[in-house]
Amino acid sequence: MPKMSFREALNQAMSEEMQRDPNVLLMGEEVGYYNGAYKVSQGMLARFGEKRVIDTPIAECGFVGIGVGAAMVGLRPIVELMTFNFSLVAIDQIINSAAKIHQMSAGQFKVPMVIRGAGGAAHQLGAQHSNSFEAVYCNTPGLKVVMPSTPADAKGLLKTSIRDDDPVVFIEAELLYGETGEVPEGEYLIPLGKGDIKRPGKDCTIVAYSKMVGLALQAAKELEKEGIDVEIVDPRTLRPLDEDLIFSSVRKTNRLVILQEATPHSSFGGEIAYRVQKHCFDDLDAPIERVASEDVPVPYALNLEAIVLPDVARVVAAVKRTLE
Amino acid sequence: METVTTPVPSQEAVHPALLKPLADADVPVLRDAYRQMLFIRRTEEAAAKAYGQGKIGGFLHLVIGQESICVGAALALRPADYMVTSYREHGHFMAKAGSSLASGKAVLSELWAKDTGCARGLGGSMHMFSAEHRFLGGYGIVGAQAPLAAGVAFGSKYQNLPEVTLCFLGDGAVNQGAFFEGLSLAGLWKLPVVFIVENNQYSMGTPLERTLAHPDITLRASGFAMQRDRFVSDDVLEVRDRISAAVERARTEFVPSLLEIETYRYRGHSMSDPGNYRTKEEIERWKKRDSIELARTRLLKVLPEAELVAIDDQVRDWVAEAVRFADESPPAQESSIWTTVYAQPGTDPRRM
Ligand SMILES: Cc1ncc(C[n+]2csc(CCOP(=O)(O)OP(=O)(O)O)c2C)c(N)n1
Ligand SMILES: [Mg+2]
Repeated sequence: MPKMSFREALNQAMSEEMQRDPNVLLMGEEVGYYNGAYKVSQGMLARFGEKRVIDTPIAECGFVGIGVGAAMVGLRPIVELMTFNFSLVAIDQIINSAAKIHQMSAGQFKVPMVIRGAGGAAHQLGAQHSNSFEAVYCNTPGLKVVMPSTPADAKGLLKTSIRDDDPVVFIEAELLYGETGEVPEGEYLIPLGKGDIKRPGKDCTIVAYSKMVGLALQAAKELEKEGIDVEIVDPRTLRPLDEDLIFSSVRKTNRLVILQEATPHSSFGGEIAYRVQKHCFDDLDAPIERVASEDVPVPYALNLEAIVLPDVARVVAAVKRTLE
Repeated sequence: METVTTPVPSQEAVHPALLKPLADADVPVLRDAYRQMLFIRRTEEAAAKAYGQGKIGGFLHLVIGQESICVGAALALRPADYMVTSYREHGHFMAKAGSSLASGKAVLSELWAKDTGCARGLGGSMHMFSAEHRFLGGYGIVGAQAPLAAGVAFGSKYQNLPEVTLCFLGDGAVNQGAFFEGLSLAGLWKLPVVFIVENNQYSMGTPLERTLAHPDITLRASGFAMQRDRFVSDDVLEVRDRISAAVERARTEFVPSLLEIETYRYRGHSMSDPGNYRTKEEIERWKKRDSIELARTRLLKVLPEAELVAIDDQVRDWVAEAVRFADESPPAQESSIWTTVYAQPGTDPRRM
C-alpha cells in the first residue's frame, strides 16, 4: 500500500470523486491558485480547472450558503473552510439551512454537501483559532460529523462523505495534515457510523477521535511499561456514532476513559458517558473518566497552552484512576 | 454612485509628495511620524528574527510596508479616541500609545508570551489590548471588528462623550457579512466611527481582482448614508489629514465614513507564507513608494542629517532595550488562566 500524508489522502479522495462525478466541485478560500492554505488541494486547480476548483472571497456565510443552494439542485459541493473557527460566521447556513432542509421539505430536497477543513488547536494560535466545535455540530440533527485520525481513514471517510446524500461536517485536525500512513489505492470507502479499534487491549477502554487517537496511543505505550493494557476505540464518525463498538469494548474492559481536545462542558464526551452508563451500567467497575481541555479559552503562551490542552500524563493518570 | 478615483501613485524618480511644500508646523510632526514608523518597522523586524529563533509561536502577521496608516491615523486622534483592529496590529497598538519605548516593550513581551505583555501572554500577536491607551483589541476572525467598533462608537454617543472609534480592516474583510452589518448600523444610527480599509492588494494569496466585483471598495458605503474617501498611503501627513477630516466629521456631525487606503505589505501574509504569488519586481515597485523613505527624504530637505541619524540611533537602542526587556521578563503566569475567563468577582471557570 502506498504511504502518504493525511493531506495527500484527502487530496486523493477529493480528486478521485471529482474524476468520478462531474457534479462534485471544491470551493473555498485559497483552494485554487494558492493550492490550499494547508496544501490539501495541491494541484487540483491545475487538474480540474477554475470551474470546479473555485477560490472564494473571505465570505463563509456566503459560500457555504452557495454550497447549500447548489446542493439542493443537484451538485455535490465540497466546501472548504480554512479552519472550523470560521464556520461560526457560516453557522446559520450549516445549522438552519443545510441540516434542516431535507426534513422541512418532507424529503423533497436533499443537501449532499461536505463542509470540511482544519479544526482544533495547533501551536499557540490563541483563543479564536484553537476551537473544537464538534459538539455544536453533533448537537444538530440533520448533520453528520466525521473526524478521522489517520490518512487511510481520512481518504475512506471523505470519499463516503462526498457520496453521502446529507450534509457532512468533516473536521480535520490541523496538526495531523503532515502525518503519514498507508492508504489503500483507488476505491476505498469507509461507511459512516463504523468505528475502529486502533489498539486492542483488555484493562481499560479509551475512546478517542481525531488527533487524540495519537495521544491515546502514546499513553498506551507508557501504560504498557507498567503492565496496563488499554484498548483504544476510535469512533471516526461522531454522528452517526458506532455505539455498539464502544459498548462491546467497555463490556470487555469494564473501564472507560473518554479523551477529547474540546472543553468538557456539554461536550461530545458527555454523550458517550451517557450512552455507556445507560447500556453498560452493570459492566462498569469504575466511574467513567474524561480527559479534556481545561474549561477555558486556549491561551497563547506555550506554557499556558500546555496546561490547558490534554497531554499524555493526564491520560495515563485517568486510566490509572479507573484501575484503582 | 461614482467611483472615487485614487490618485495614481507615481513610479517616477520624484514622488509627488516631494513636490509638495512642507509647512513649518508639520516639520516636528513629520519628524515624530518618521520616528514612530521606523520604531514600528524595526520592532517588527526584531519580531521576525525572534520568530526564527523560536521565541514567538503561532501566527505572526507583520505590518511592515503599511506603517504610515496606523501612524497617520494615530496623529489624527485624541487620546480618548479608540482603535479596533484586525490581527495585523502591532503597529496600530504602538502608534495608539505614541510609539513610546513602553509600547515596544508591551508588544514584544506579548509576542514572547511574557507576563509583562500587553495581554499578559494570553492574547499573543493577534490579540493585543490596552485599556490605558484605548486600544480595544486585535481580532482574528476577519471582519468581526466592524460591528464591534460600531458598538464602541454607540457607547460613546450614548454617554455623550466626544470620542471617535477607528476600525481597521483588511481588503479581504470587506466581503464579510459582519462588515456590511457594521456599516449598515453605523450609518443608520449615525455613529462616530471611521472604517479604514487597509488595501494591501492581497488577502492572503489572493489578489484583489479575484475577490472584488468592483475595484472601488468605498462604494460599499453607498447605501449606508456614510462618507467615503480613497487615497494612497505613501505620505503619512496626507494619511493624517484625510483621516482627520473623517474623524472630525464623525465627532461633530455623527457622520461615519468608509476610507480605503492603498498600501502594500512587504512580507508574506504571515510567517508561514512564502508569498510566491507576487513577483520581486512588484515588491520592488512598491518599495520605491516607501513611506518611511519618503518621510526621511522630505525631512532631509529641512533638517540636518545628524538629527535623523540621532532618531535612527534612538530607535535602534529602543528596539534592543525592548528585546532585552522581553527576554528578561517572567513568563506568562498560570494563575491568569483561571482568573481572566470571567469578570464577575468570585467566578472560577473550574466551578461551572
Ligand atoms: C472569517 C475568517 N475567515 C478566514 C480567515 C483566515 N484568514 C486570516 S487572514 C486572511 C486574509 C485577510 O486578508 P485581508 O482582509 O486583506 O487582510 P490582510 O491580511 O491583508 O491585512 C484570511 C483568509 C479568518 N481569520 N477569518
Ligand atoms: Mg489585504
